[in-house]
Parts: sequence; C-alpha cells; structure tokens
Amino acid sequence: MSDYQLSNLDLLEAEAIHIIREVVAEFERPVMLYSIGKDSSVMLHLARKAFYPGPLPFPLQHVDTTYKFPEMYDFRAKVAAQFGLDLRVHVNTKAKAEGMNPYDHDSYTYTTVMKTHGLLQALAAGQFDAAFGGARRDEERSRAKERIYSFRDSHGQWDPKNQRPELWNLYNGRLHPGESIRVFPLSNWTELDIWMYIRREAIEVVPLYFAAEREVYAHGDQWLPVYPDTRMPAGVRSERRMVRYRTLGCHPLTCAVESDAATLDAVIGEMMTARASERTTRLIDKDRDGSMEQKKQEGYF
Amino acid sequence: MDLDTLVEHYGQVDMLRFTTAGSVDDGKSTLIGRLLHDAKGLFDDQLATLEDAGLQGGDLQFALLTDGLRSEREQGITIDVAYRYFSTPDRRFIIADTPGHEQYTRNMATGASTANVAIVLIDARHGVLTQSKRHGFIASLLGIPHVIVAINKMDLVDYDQAVFEQIRSDYEGFATRLGFGDLSFIPVSALKGDNVVDRSERMPWYDGQSLLRKLETVYTGGDRNLIDFRFPVQLVQRPSHDFRGYAGQIQSGVVRVGDPVMVLPSGKTSTVTRIVTMDGDLDQAFAPQSVTLCLADEIDIDRGDMLAHPGNLPQVRRDLEAMVVWMSEEPMRPGRTYVIKHTTRSVRGRVTQLRYRIDPNTLHRQDAADLKLNEIGRVDLQAFRPLLVDPYARNRATGAFILIDPMTNRTVGAGMIIDRKGRAASKQSDGGQGADARERILGQRGSVVRLVDGPADQRLETAQAIEAALLEHGHLAIALGLDATPADAALLASAGLVVVLPTGAAVPQVAAAHTLTVALTDDGEHSDDTLVVHGPMEAASVLRALEAHGIFRV
Repeated sequence: MSDYQLSNLDLLEAEAIHIIREVVAEFERPVMLYSIGKDSSVMLHLARKAFYPGPLPFPLQHVDTTYKFPEMYDFRAKVAAQFGLDLRVHVNTKAKAEGMNPYDHDSYTYTTVMKTHGLLQALAAGQFDAAFGGARRDEERSRAKERIYSFRDSHGQWDPKNQRPELWNLYNGRLHPGESIRVFPLSNWTELDIWMYIRREAIEVVPLYFAAEREVYAHGDQWLPVYPDTRMPAGVRSERRMVRYRTLGCHPLTCAVESDAATLDAVIGEMMTARASERTTRLIDKDRDGSMEQKKQEGYF
Repeated sequence: MDLDTLVEHYGQVDMLRFTTAGSVDDGKSTLIGRLLHDAKGLFDDQLATLEDAGLQGGDLQFALLTDGLRSEREQGITIDVAYRYFSTPDRRFIIADTPGHEQYTRNMATGASTANVAIVLIDARHGVLTQSKRHGFIASLLGIPHVIVAINKMDLVDYDQAVFEQIRSDYEGFATRLGFGDLSFIPVSALKGDNVVDRSERMPWYDGQSLLRKLETVYTGGDRNLIDFRFPVQLVQRPSHDFRGYAGQIQSGVVRVGDPVMVLPSGKTSTVTRIVTMDGDLDQAFAPQSVTLCLADEIDIDRGDMLAHPGNLPQVRRDLEAMVVWMSEEPMRPGRTYVIKHTTRSVRGRVTQLRYRIDPNTLHRQDAADLKLNEIGRVDLQAFRPLLVDPYARNRATGAFILIDPMTNRTVGAGMIIDRKGRAASKQSDGGQGADARERILGQRGSVVRLVDGPADQRLETAQAIEAALLEHGHLAIALGLDATPADAALLASAGLVVVLPTGAAVPQVAAAHTLTVALTDDGEHSDDTLVVHGPMEAASVLRALEAHGIFRV
C-alpha cells in the first residue's frame, strides 16, 4: 500500500494541474492573472507542469497599479525572460493620468479604480473568457465559499447567490456570450502549503518575503516601507529595521512585520508558529467589515 | 522536533476531506469552531474577533468563526458550502461545511461528493430526527466510506450514557438499510469541548476516541480504487512533431510503462511507452496523479476518450440508470434533453424515465411525474453518444456525472450510475456490493484464468501448475476440473478467488472480476492480450501477468 501513498502536497498539485488543464480544454481564451506574489509563482509553476513539455498555452496578465515594490518589477522582468512568457501588463492609464494614487485617495477608492477597474479593462481588451487567479479559500472568510470556477456576469460581477454547485471534479464551464469565469486552482491550499511547496519545488519568489534590514516607518504595530515616492505622514521618522512581508501588493498599502526570518526555512518555521493570518498586513481588507466581499461583487478577485 | 524534521514531516502528511451535516440548531458551526480553536487552527486575529464578540452564557461563540458571508451573518445562518482548513501533526483536513436545512440537499450532496468522512450531528435532547436520517442517506448515496455520528449537547442531558445508547441504537436500526462500511458514534459537547479534541472526563463510560483523534486515525487507504485503471484524456499535447502525449488525471488504478492499453470508445490498443512529468519520466503512476502518457502507436485520440487496461474495461454505454439529485428550481421531467458531463466527456442525452422518487426521510419509493429541487430519484437516461462508465459503488470517478441545462448552462443535477449488468450475471445476493470488502480482506481481486487451445489433459495439468504457483505466492487460487461450468468459475471469481478454468469456455462477465485468457499453443487466432504458456513449466508467467494487471495490488 505504502507504494501508492500521496502526500497532501502531491494531492494539491494533482488537483491544481487537473483544473488548469480543464480550463484550457474547455475555454476559448484563457489568461493567467499574475500578481508577482508567492501564490502567482506557485500557480505559474503548476501551469508549467500541466503543459510540460509544451509551452504555456495562454498569456499572463499583470494588472499594474504602478505602485508595486521596485523589487517586484525586477522579479517580473526576470521571470518573464527566464520562462519565455507572453506576459502582458495593463495600467488604468486614464485614472493614473487623472491623478489616482494611494495617498490622496482612500485605499478603497484607489484599489477599486486601479485594481478592479484595471482588471476588468484588461480582461475586456484581451476578450478573455477565463482568468486564472491565485486566491485561496483560507485567506479570508468570504472566500471560504468561493467555487473553483467562479462565475461572473458580462460586467465581471460576482453574485454569491448565483454560483453553480461543484461536485466531484466535474466543473461546468459552459458560458453565454459575454460571461466569463475566474478560476482558482489554489483554492484548497493554505499559506503553509504554499511555502512548503515553494520549498519542495525550489520555486523562486520575490526576496521581499525574506527578512532584511529595510527602511520603514511605524504604522500601528506594523511597518510601512520607504521608497523614493513614499509620502510619509508629517512628523514621522523612518528607521532601519529587520522586517519581511507576508503578502505583496502596492508598497504604500503593504505592511511589513518585524522578523529575523531571512531564509526560506526560517520563514516556514515562523509560519508554523504564526499567530496572525497574512491578510492582516493588507490595509485594504480593513477598510470596512466585509470589504473583500464587497470588492468581489464589484469584480475584484 | 527541530525545524528540518518538522518540515520534512509536514511534507509527508496525508489529507482527509470530511463533510459535516446538521441543522442550525444541532450546533454544527459551534463544533467546527471548536475543532478549529482547540486544534489551534485559528490565528490571533480570528481569535480576537471571537473574543470581541464576547461570551454567551459563559462560552465563546465559536459559530461566529464559520458563519461567512455578510448577508448570512445578518440572518444568523449559514446557507452554502464553505470550505475550511486545519491541520494537526498527523493529518491535514479540508472541511466541507454544509447546512442541514430541509431545502439544502443540494449543498450537502456537493460537500459529500469529495469527502472520505461524513460527520452527522444529532442533538442529544431531540434524538434521531428525520433530518438526521436524511443526512445519513445522502452520505450513503454519495458513497462516503466512513460516517461518524456525533451526538452533541451531551452537557444538556447530564452526560447520560442511556441517552447516548438509545440514540445509537435508533440510528443503527435505520443505518442497516444504508449499508455503511464504517459507522461510529461519539458523544460530544461542542460548546464545552467534551470529546472534541481530548477525551472527556465527564463521560468516563465512553471508552472510544475523541472526534479529532478519530478523524486523525480513520484508515482511508482502502477508499481509493487502485484496481481499475481509468484515464480520461483531458488534452492532447502536441508541442512539436516528435512529441505526442495525452494529458489527464488518473481517476483510479495504476499504470506502468509497458502496459497494454485500450482506447475507448474506439477499442484500439497500444502500449504505454512513457509517463511524462516535468520532474522526469515515471515508471508507474496511480490515482489521483496528473500525468501525460505517451503510446507506442499513432492512434487518433481526443479529449473525452478513456484509456484502460484491455483486461479491465469500463462499460461503453448509451443507456444509463442512475440515482439523481436535482439541483434546480426548474424540475427534471422525462423527455427533456440535458448535457451529461461525465469525466472529461460531455454529451447530450435525454431523461427517458423517472422510475421513482425516494423520500430521504423514510427511504420509501414514491411515484412521481417530475423531480423538483432537492429531490432524489432513480432515473433512466439515454446518452446520444456513448459514455465510458463504471458503477458509482465501485468507482466514484467514473460512476458520477452532472446534468447541465443546455439553455441556461446551469448545473441542474448530479447523478450516480447504478450497475444493472452485474446483477444479472451474478448469483450473488448483494449485486456485487461486498466485492470491495472482500478484495480488502483477501488482498486480491477475483479473476478467471481461462485456458484455451491444446489438448485437454495438458490444459488440466497446466491449470494445476498455475494453481500451485499462485498458492505458493500466498494468493488464493483454485484450479477447476474439466467438468466445471463457466458459471461455476464466475461465481468463485465473484467471491474473490483466482479461478483457473481448463475447459476453454467463455466466462460470463462478472462486475468485480478480471479475465485472463491463456493459450497453450502459438497457433490459434489470439487477441493481443492473450498470454501464451507452453505447458506447466511456464505457470509462473501467469502469476506475473496477473500481477501486471493489478490483481494482487489491493
């Protein structure tokens, strides 16, 4: 019997590959949303496995707010070159030109315009009918009920009361013209699974996940980074601290936590004893109660 | 444990998927909240939410952790399937949390479809209600191998053993009709934490495991079908002229390089030359791995075709009989056409007959003209193109399908295929239901080795040599005489024996059995999967052939 045992990670990998292949088989124009973060890195790795020895049969799409960490832009360029990816970048240039930024606008308005609207623009421009996303059900309470195939109407909106039941591994991918789906191959992964898999498969991730001495300023009991375009509140001083990031997004909205975990194993060790879920470092989730759910209904992931 | 050991260990742990069924008042959300909390599956910020909400009657309100969407929180009920995750050092768990209201059979079936274990909650104060029976019935219908009845709120009946025993006895009486392989009962108080994670001191009369311990130790190795190799093709990979592979997830069974395979429905045969993954080629692969197979011959194969071993094939069928759970406001009516999605194959088909509706509370059959939302019925379907199926009881992956309304594109039904052929061919009383259990006990799968060609006395002698070779290797085998009938062989094979039949007669197909044809001469017109054995001295090659077919891998 023991010859035929599969570990948790083996099962998650097999399931994700199955999902990715189903979408490619049944949809006309799939695209993989690529956020540069660790979940995207894992999803990209799984997609490469799904079609090996062939190339990825779909492009990658990054929705860029232009306020990502500089290290993320470096990483994006490196990965695209390394794997020969068709990586497309979309910016909501109109909003950007009109002065949308995370300092003069509240985080809810900013993310709605630059991320949600930007995403919908990119999907419409590419006429994509299926978009892979790296979201996991363990991230946030409202995501626990998200399907693997998440249906969106012709406006990209999600209706929690109008989703299709998913039984066994039989996914119903039939659409009417204009409708689309978001697909979450990592639905059943937890944050720890992601890190364990990164370790097992030696997947490269943005170095910001590992602790280093960085220029930061205090924001409550967490730390916000200082970059040339950072606007620090008046009277606040920056300092150098050993910090790392548990999630990556727009640098003015992403907090670092103090940590000595400078290596992958140290990060996993910290994870195994972690006492805070990762989204606590995202300012956008805290705007209001149930905010993630609200964003999803409007078309965000 | 140092970090390396810990990390290494986590990389090896297996996964258990379980579903929970109970009504709002049975304390299901409290139980899950308690499991997450006591198994340290919660983060500090979640704990803070819990603590902010304050105490109710002196206890934390665990239900708040799992009641998800905003509108639902306002209504104070959970109304959908929600998935939760936690792990202990022994296992990683996925909970499909489904509500138990009357009208949500659909959600429960959804959660149950991927589960190994169902937890059915019963309120100790109320005993076995019709809905507790409904939950058991749906668990049985969806083929969940293990059912745990958690008798909750024991704190409200003074931890009284008599209450527990009465409920257990009532439920067992009902459950015999459902035929669960593994049914257990645990007295708990989700609110107070009794027997949830640790054994309770307040119920010394209970000597079983706590709920979590039970979940950690349920043996699921036998749940997977590793016997019948089934590989529905998802995609044909043709990145260059020198590579052609078939990508898919092995739904059951084992495949090795060199195995003969048949492509269905075309019936063409070939041999597996490579099992490709990005981590390097494999010598063998098994369910549920996702791989890419390469074959020796250029055969026309498309998505929706299925690869299987020539000696162990699914049924190629257009007419199906199935239990169907209806999931749409628009009722199912005989005569209507739907899309049947089965493995990677989607075909149109018509509902030809609704034999009866089943009342999940009483298990009584009722005549019905249609099947409404959340109703369950036995249905005949006519597929317009053939499907490659196994009975659901034998193979969840190739026995399941969904029905899609071609106009609205909604998923409207879920079906589980019932075997009809197996019953007719067998003298067994249970229609083959016990076959899996027999296979587990015997460690082998019933088979017939049929000897053809050559003189009768040589066939008999060879049959006896094959029997001896198999027995010597610890496999239960019997060589029959020249007066044995094919029906005798089929019956013994259905009991799990390897039967060596020297008469050359064709053997009726038995659902649970494999047939190997062995020719004693090279001359005859043999099919590709016939094994040639030149007399008793080559008996061991039959053993190897049976091994290659997975007969002893149970």
